[in-house]
Amino acid sequence: MLGLALYILLAPLVAFTIVIFFGRKLPRGGDFISLFAIWSGLAASLYLFFTQMLGHYDPAFALSYRFDWVTWGTYKLNIGIAIDNMSMMMLVVVTLVSSLVHLFSVGYMKGDPKYHRFFSFLSFFSFSMIGLVLADNLLIIYAFWELVGLSSYLLIGFWHEKDSASNAAKKAFVTNRVGDAGMLIGMLICFTALGTLNLVELKDGVAQGHLAGGLLTAAGILLFMGAVGKSAQFPLHVWLPDAMEGPTPVSALIHAATMVAAGVYLVARLFPILTPDASLVIAYVGGFTAIFAATIAVAQNDIKRVLAYSTVSQLGYMVMALGTGAFTAGFFHLVTHAMFKACLFLGSGSIIFAMHHVLHNIHSHDDAQDMRNMGGLKKYMPVTFWTFLIATTALAGVPFTSGFLSKDAILGGTLAFAMEHPKHWLLPAFGFAAAGLTAFYMFRLVYLTFYGTFRKGSEAESHLHESPRVMTVPLIVLASLSIFFFYAAPAFNPTTPAGGWFATLFPTPENVTLASGRYVSPASSRLGDEAVEPTAEHASGTEALHSAHLEHLAHNWAMLISILVAGLGIWIATLAYYKWKIDPEKWRLRFGVAYRGMYNKWWCDEVYKATAINGTLGLSKGLAWFDGAILDGIVNGSATVTRLFSTVQGWFDNKVVDGLVNLTAMVVGFWAHFVRSFQTGQVQRYLLYTLAGVGIVIILVVI
Amino acid sequence: MKPTLEMYLILSAVLFTIGVTGVLTRRNALIIFMSVELMLNAANLTLVAYSRFLPDISGQIFVFFVMAVAAAEVAVGLAIIVAIFRQKESVDIDKVNLMKW
Repeated sequence: MLGLALYILLAPLVAFTIVIFFGRKLPRGGDFISLFAIWSGLAASLYLFFTQMLGHYDPAFALSYRFDWVTWGTYKLNIGIAIDNMSMMMLVVVTLVSSLVHLFSVGYMKGDPKYHRFFSFLSFFSFSMIGLVLADNLLIIYAFWELVGLSSYLLIGFWHEKDSASNAAKKAFVTNRVGDAGMLIGMLICFTALGTLNLVELKDGVAQGHLAGGLLTAAGILLFMGAVGKSAQFPLHVWLPDAMEGPTPVSALIHAATMVAAGVYLVARLFPILTPDASLVIAYVGGFTAIFAATIAVAQNDIKRVLAYSTVSQLGYMVMALGTGAFTAGFFHLVTHAMFKACLFLGSGSIIFAMHHVLHNIHSHDDAQDMRNMGGLKKYMPVTFWTFLIATTALAGVPFTSGFLSKDAILGGTLAFAMEHPKHWLLPAFGFAAAGLTAFYMFRLVYLTFYGTFRKGSEAESHLHESPRVMTVPLIVLASLSIFFFYAAPAFNPTTPAGGWFATLFPTPENVTLASGRYVSPASSRLGDEAVEPTAEHASGTEALHSAHLEHLAHNWAMLISILVAGLGIWIATLAYYKWKIDPEKWRLRFGVAYRGMYNKWWCDEVYKATAINGTLGLSKGLAWFDGAILDGIVNGSATVTRLFSTVQGWFDNKVVDGLVNLTAMVVGFWAHFVRSFQTGQVQRYLLYTLAGVGIVIILVVI
Repeated sequence: MKPTLEMYLILSAVLFTIGVTGVLTRRNALIIFMSVELMLNAANLTLVAYSRFLPDISGQIFVFFVMAVAAAEVAVGLAIIVAIFRQKESVDIDKVNLMKW
């Protein structure tokens, strides 16, 4: 079983290696290698899923393999892979979406000069994401976390000839680093306190109280920061909409279904060790992100940007659910959202593909992604339309869709949380408002794109046609997976996921900070009646009954309200963009500042530019000035002083020391010259000197 | 008149002085050589004179030594002069200053 998991992990890596090096020489750019790797991975994941998870129904199933990686004295750092229900579910989601995206890309990327690179990167991403899912250890999660960041960077900047694409890639990378820095600190806190990063041991350590109180809260929030970056939560959401510069299949795979869900996955993994305070922070961040991004999505005209903000908003939902303790609902939404959001993105890819074709044929340089250029596509692209519509209803939370089940569970959980803690009434309010907005902007998108008349004229209209089958088949598969049917077995209850296999298999894990008696009141976490089992650790019988009752009540209310707000959103969208009874232009003016704020993404980029970016630049400039003026000044000053001394010393050396030496030589030379003059070589002279000498001696002797 | 020691000594001094003057002033190497002989013989005369008047025979023995040495010296010196003449076609002592420095 672990071997199978290893195969799923390593097959895409092998495919990546082959395709990146030899893809150019292989027929079809080697795409069949990547496709085989991921499809066989999907088959293996499904095998695991059906035999182990559905076949044996064991909520506590876990299997892991570890080996020592580094030994520091007595401490051993071990790494390994672990499979449990959660990672198996994630494996299925990741390989399924990834293989469909691979298939879609065969059509979408056809004729691109870097075709083989695209597929190698897709394989690389799949490898990283699967590794992230299978890791048993925060350190390995962190490593794969960065690898998915890298592949995201490579794929966003895939068309790096475009400035906007390469800038978006850089922005994504840098923004993610901000979150990752926090995550690293969180990991270090855990490691310092517990001496391990293994998820199971971490949980045990916290349960034994080795890490508790404020420090545990801080660790939880810091680790969550990583998720804030990766899952594009406010305030680090800014990179995700820009990431839409990448090819659309990439947006579907990485920036809608899998990688951005990694943050949610991490929070879900850490769920048992999150303190109530940390959870509350997480819930508010998620809730605020949900409503914040939804308001922006309303005013965008670029089809992919609407979807991007909707992704941010939905990720906010998941995070909020995990924060309020609705673990099952949050994780469930991750799975369902992956399906219908991938479908929406691939659908938009299909639309953009067609629009490119049209604009190319009429030699127009208009934006192929701008919804104001579309309209009436329903007639020409029926498969795209119907799949898109199903996914839209799922996202909007219309009954009988998967999105209804999961979103409803989240809203129910949040509402129950607020009913127990009335001062946090803002959270469900955020949730419901975002649900209404989601329904509105998604139907606005559908009406603008598929209904009405084509806005580029009839000549252009004649070039419209449906995308090839290799692109529509993934759409059909994903759209069918957006129907409640697949998630509700065996109870087939379209109103609640309770009783379905998902809720049975993924009960809320016991919060160990809660078990050690520091947690006062549990958040709603179970779905409906079936999953409720009063646990002696944290609640007495009556309390459990009370909270079960609350949950039931909350769930019913949530269902009612969410259907109402979704219906309201759809109704307004229909009036405004289908029947044109409400003039959107007039309302745009009426909203004034609010509209401009939504349109300009609440000026987030501008604020960041003014504060963080310009602040950093200013600091850099200041430091550059300090470096240039002060430090270089000191260095240059010391150089000048040294030179001055050198000059003086040189003068002294040249004049005084050398002078003395030369003087000696000169004196010697002078005397030598003088003495030389006696030595004429003439014998008579020498004799004369001798005589003179003798004469002197005689005189001296005589006198 | 019987010659006295003083007369010998004066003659000897005169001869020596003539020799010295010849050595120092003349340019011709042969003449300088002859002047050197003159000086040697002046010294010989002094030695013989003292030997006669002291009386002591060792002075005369000295003279024999001096004459032997002078003969050898003349042989070597003339050989040098011949060599110089072959080289320079002259025996002018001023032109022979190879021995400086």
